[in-house]
This record gives sequence, structure tokens and C-alpha cells, in this order.
Amino acid sequence: MAKPKIATTSLAGCFGCHMSLLDIDERILKLIELVDFDKSPVDDIKEFTGRCAVGLIEGGCANEDNVHVLQEFRKHCDILVAVGDCAIMGDIPAMRNNIPLKECLDEAYLNGPSTYNPEKIIPNDKELPLCLNRVYPCHEVVKIDYSLPGCPPNADILWQALVALLTNKPLELPYELIKYD
Amino acid sequence: MSDQITFTIDGVSIKGKPGQTILQAADEAGIYIPRLCYHPELAPHGSCRVCTVLVNGKPQAACTQPISEGMTVENDTPELKEHRCNIIDMLFIEGNHFCMFCEKSGNCELQAVAYRLGILAPKFSYLFPKKDVDATHPDIFLDLNRCILCGRCVEASKNVDGKGAFEFVGRSIEKKIAVNAEANLKDTNLAVTDKAADVCPVGTINKKRTAFAVPIGKRLYDKKPIGSEIEERKK
Repeated sequence: MAKPKIATTSLAGCFGCHMSLLDIDERILKLIELVDFDKSPVDDIKEFTGRCAVGLIEGGCANEDNVHVLQEFRKHCDILVAVGDCAIMGDIPAMRNNIPLKECLDEAYLNGPSTYNPEKIIPNDKELPLCLNRVYPCHEVVKIDYSLPGCPPNADILWQALVALLTNKPLELPYELIKYD
Repeated sequence: MSDQITFTIDGVSIKGKPGQTILQAADEAGIYIPRLCYHPELAPHGSCRVCTVLVNGKPQAACTQPISEGMTVENDTPELKEHRCNIIDMLFIEGNHFCMFCEKSGNCELQAVAYRLGILAPKFSYLFPKKDVDATHPDIFLDLNRCILCGRCVEASKNVDGKGAFEFVGRSIEKKIAVNAEANLKDTNLAVTDKAADVCPVGTINKKRTAFAVPIGKRLYDKKPIGSEIEERKK
């Protein structure tokens, strides 16, 4: 029987959660026995090649591309897991959520103390995905099946959760692994 | 009048003293009832409702309800756990709780109760309200993003310190902690040695130059759930 496939992505995240996934150390060899990677920065596959058992989402939705990628993940994955605080609540990017977008862009591109921008250009090339009015946690955009908190979630919680999901076992996490920081 | 009151919590017979609340008697007996706004050295406020238990079938706040002979208390039930999770979820979404850079993380009672209840993520949508930070005081700063309106600082400042540096203002979702001064925290007579500066369960009232002194792994709730110190009293 073919191995189940997993897909991963980093939306408005810092790749810290992916680093934490790599931090499972030698268990990564066992992971490769358990699964094949589909769309993921790990293997640099850009588009889904088929149905995936598990999708791991790092980061919330800060722009329209994040929303598009997240919707693609929902379409192609049986189980979608919000990995890390950004996917769950938006986190550091979401600190802009109670500041109007225009003020954020002005601060970044016009008024910042180290900004040099004599033509007063705020990037608006059509190739750039549009910023959303605020950062949306993943569960506000698509149905999320599981959440693994942490900034980043430590390697053990990721490993235990993945193994449980891939082997159809109940997800029972010990106290020490549930952390929001 | 007898000097002992016998009642049950989840079917276990408990002996308490007259005048004790359910929470006090349970604590002495080594039974943990989850709570947030309650502080053992302050008068109970009964506002967070996390310690809600069923007394003879009716919901009551365990921190304010006195014990009485023969009462049956239900504490550890799936329904009450769900009720408590809902309250904790709402507290998280109604504020801006960024645990990853909060100096209280690991020692925070809101976070610790959430850990203990096994909450992986709140089930509601975040409100991302706009809240104020007041860093004007030389020794203390106030971050209302993290406030859960437990009222401990209000009570401690008024009735322990005798100062009244904090007060509630507004109602409903607009309710917040305000400082008792024309402008800012520095204009109050709050001192860093006050009880009010010590009792905040979350990262709202912080002492400056004390943050991140304890490394991750050694903080209060890193290894042991909140309430385990109470459960250790159980014989």
C-alpha cells in the first residue's frame, strides 16, 4: 500500500514551526517511512500532486495568497492541522489587527525612522498579493480539524500528533507538551 | 452549633468549618476546584465563574458560597469542564493574549488553567480589541491587553493597601481597569511593594526590570499543572 501523504506550508509565519518539525532529530527517518511529502517547502513541491492525509498549516492569513493556499490545503487534505500560535490566533503578525492597514503601510514605507523612500511609493505591483485588512487565524477562513499550540510547538508535540493522526490513534497529549509560548 | 460541617464533593465526604466557602474547604481537603479571580488573601469577588460547581444541582460560585451540612457539590463533571473551557476561551478571545512574548508566560494563571483543562485553541473568533498600555510608572507597567477583569488589584489596593489605585470603569465588553488619577499610573500613589502590584494572575500588572528571570522549564506551571499543590494536600 502506498504511504499516506502529508503537505505543509508556511503562510504568515516565520518558518519556526517548520524548523521545529525538523527538530524531531533522528525520528525524521521514521517519519519518511511513515509518509511521503507532497506540496511542502521541505521538498519544494509547489502544487498538490494528489490527495493528502494530513496538511500542516503554519501561520495565519495576512494576504490574499495566504487565503488561496489555505483553501487549496483544505481542498486536498483529509485532516488540516493549525500548527503554532500564528495559525491558531494570528500571533505576532496579528499585532497589526487593531491598527488600520493604511497606518501600518504608512509606517513601514513612508514614516519609519530608517525609511528612505523619496518617491513615497507604497508597493502596489499587481504581482504582489494584496494585504488583508487584518490577519485572520486559519480557523476563521477554513475548517480546521486540530490545533497544536506553541511558538513554536515543540518537536515532541508535532511528532506525537503526526504519529497519532497517521496511525489512526487518539490524540492524547501529555501536560508538559501543551504550551502557548 | 457544631464546629464541623460535613458535605460531599463528587461523592467524597468532606469536613469543613463553619463560615468556610466551598473553595476553602475543598482546598483544605486537597480537592482542586479550578478558579481564576479568587486569591486566598483577598475577599472573593465571584466574578470569573470558573469555580462554578453544582450545589444540590444548582450552579454556584465555589469561592463565595458557604458550606452547609449535608450539601452535595459536583465539581469534576464533563458539563462543568465544558462550562469552564468556554469561560477560558472567551477570556482569551476578548483580550490580546500574546503568550509568546508575555513575561508572565509560564507563571500565568489564565494560561495555567487553560493548560490544565487541555485547551489547544479557543473555539471562538478573536476580537482583537484595542487596549491601552501604561508604562508611565517608574517601577510598574500596566498592559490592559492581557487583563481578565478578575478584580484582584482593585480589591488589594482598596482593602489591603488602603489606596484605591485601581477601579473598574465601563460596562459589559467596554468594562476595564482604570487608574485612580487624573492621567496615568505614575499619578497614583501605587508603590511596587503594594499588594496590588503582586496579585495580578496574568501579565497586566508587571514589575519593571523583573521579567524573564526564570528560564523556560523552571517556571511555575511548566511541569506541574496549576492546582497540583492543592491536590498534594490530599491524604
